[in-house]
Amino acid sequence: MDLYEYQGRDLFERHGLPVLAGGVATTPEEARAIAERLGGRVVVKAQVKVGGRGKAGGVKLAEGAEETVARATDILGMDIKGHTVHKVMITVTADVAEEYYFSYLLDRANRTFLCIASVAGGMDIEQVAADTPEKVVKAPIDANTGVDEAKAREIVSAAGFPAEVADQVVEVAVKLWQAFVAEDATLVEVNPLATTKDGKLLLLDAKVTLDENAAFRHPDHEALVDQASVDPLEQAAKSKDLNYVKLDGEVGIIGNGAGLVMSTLDVVAYAGERHGGVKPANFLDIGGGASAEVMANGLEIVLSDPSVKSVFVNVFGGITACDAVANGIVQALALLEQRGEKATKPLVVRLDGNNAEAGRAILDGANNPLIQRVDTMDGAAERAAELAAAGV
Amino acid sequence: MAIWLTKDSKVIVQGMTGSEGSKHTRRMLAAGTNVVGGVNPRKAGQKVDFDGTELPVFASVADAMKETGADVTVIFVPPQFTKAAVVEAIDAGIDLAVVITEGVPVHDTAAFWAYNVAKGERTRIIGPNCPGIASPGASNAGIIPADITGSGRIGLVSKSGTLTYQMMYELRDIGFSTCVGIGGDPIIGTTHIDALAAFEADPETDAIVMIGEIGGDAEERAAEFIKANVTKPVVGYIAGFTAPPGKTMGHAGAIISGSAGTADAKKAALEAVGVKVGKTPTETAKLMREIMSGR
Repeated sequence: MDLYEYQGRDLFERHGLPVLAGGVATTPEEARAIAERLGGRVVVKAQVKVGGRGKAGGVKLAEGAEETVARATDILGMDIKGHTVHKVMITVTADVAEEYYFSYLLDRANRTFLCIASVAGGMDIEQVAADTPEKVVKAPIDANTGVDEAKAREIVSAAGFPAEVADQVVEVAVKLWQAFVAEDATLVEVNPLATTKDGKLLLLDAKVTLDENAAFRHPDHEALVDQASVDPLEQAAKSKDLNYVKLDGEVGIIGNGAGLVMSTLDVVAYAGERHGGVKPANFLDIGGGASAEVMANGLEIVLSDPSVKSVFVNVFGGITACDAVANGIVQALALLEQRGEKATKPLVVRLDGNNAEAGRAILDGANNPLIQRVDTMDGAAERAAELAAAGV
Repeated sequence: MAIWLTKDSKVIVQGMTGSEGSKHTRRMLAAGTNVVGGVNPRKAGQKVDFDGTELPVFASVADAMKETGADVTVIFVPPQFTKAAVVEAIDAGIDLAVVITEGVPVHDTAAFWAYNVAKGERTRIIGPNCPGIASPGASNAGIIPADITGSGRIGLVSKSGTLTYQMMYELRDIGFSTCVGIGGDPIIGTTHIDALAAFEADPETDAIVMIGEIGGDAEERAAEFIKANVTKPVVGYIAGFTAPPGKTMGHAGAIISGSAGTADAKKAALEAVGVKVGKTPTETAKLMREIMSGR
């Protein structure tokens, strides 16, 4: 889960890191209250999870409460690269002297964590690394020994931080590592990490990604989910423990296993190229089990998407036998009818693997005109795309 | 032969008395796996009956190894306890630890992996969040259905579970030496490269199917490895060609960030080193069939 800047700032503050005083507002009136509390000159920043907001006019200075309200009014509701601004963060300003870069992140390739530090901060670090690689230090961090003062000093010295800020950077490096571990983050990025003209070190931006697998030990992380920007279908799916991602096509997809479902999306997209450009409408992995109830929940979510014109159920019977899955589909349709949400869109079903013959016989025996059985994955994708194109 | 798991492997199950653990212990036994016991400190000394096979429960992996000579452990414990279970297996010095558990925090995986490295990588870890490893006709450690295919001379390595089963099914008339599901998490104990190296060295494997998916650069690194080290024919498949950037597709590792990790980039890297890449699982199986029919 990626956090908004203000959430990252709050997280840093909770872990004793030096950040600018501030608050977050969803209305101009809330912005006024924050400006009055902070006093003087403030900066109003659009809260969107996309870069380039400064260039888009989403970051403005304001003097006093009235100006803050005016700037917040301009920025709230603004569209930045397809993201609507629902919140602004307001902080006091800093008299910046130098800008540095500092981050901890997961290094998949080396199966460890990495610290990236540079005295050339404030801009795109990838560009700095490409143009002047000698200015960027990448230090692997052992997950079990972490970053203590000695390790932090090593990084600070390798990156060439000036002597007068070295001690402060060391302290920030250690505390930031502690926050990274304590919060189960996979990324904490500070750009810029800045010094003020009076020599104080401040974390002026916060990019934080948290590991959702660690939610069980962080009950407080749930409050960080931005309900307003979650797709309503994704939200409904999540409440039923379904792994669903909304996409923008017409063919509803239900399958078992993340890899197989991803593959199903591809096969449907290829078939769609031959049928008016129809595309997959969603990713939905119902897992290995595929019971009638899970199938009904999945069908309900997929069928409630108005852009869905046909549904492709692609199941490989591994541990779960295909006859159980077929019974699940038939019962799911009955269950939906009982719930008053009778399905009307065609279902193309492909069953293969364990007990496939018995499963297919059950589908045929159900005599449901909505169910069309196709026995190969590629053939079924073709049929589902064709039906969606006809229904568009 | 086969890689890492043979008919001589002696398998224990950490979490054998839990619901998933007991269900799959039964399945592994039915597949002919030599399961010799389980580990649960609270139930040590008890015996558990699996359709007539009585398996002892030990207090620790070390005890189980001492008493049974076990060299493989399959881990089914919940995510909260997975790190401790893997560390225990590493401390006991077991050869192979197969971590089935899904939803392990990546800090925990990073920690047990760093611990394993510090101990000299005595233990091969497969997973977490993986279906396990099966050498058809010989042994099965994990949750891969045993009855999809018989033994043969194709090696299979895959990030995905059901896609693995699909590929095994498509090529069931030819058969497999070993099928390894390495899992789709951001940090995994066994990589495509590890499996490619082992299949290259295995005299009973003639050709290799490699299944990848979007996210990270493991497939690109595998391509470099193939160029330098693999002489056997390799056929590839990548899932997620049409996945949009920034959306996580079920596996924690399957996310395209920026321009990195796309299926197209992976396909191009593999094709550049002579690996034939199928557009769909069925087409990929067909490419492998062509290679094997020439033998």
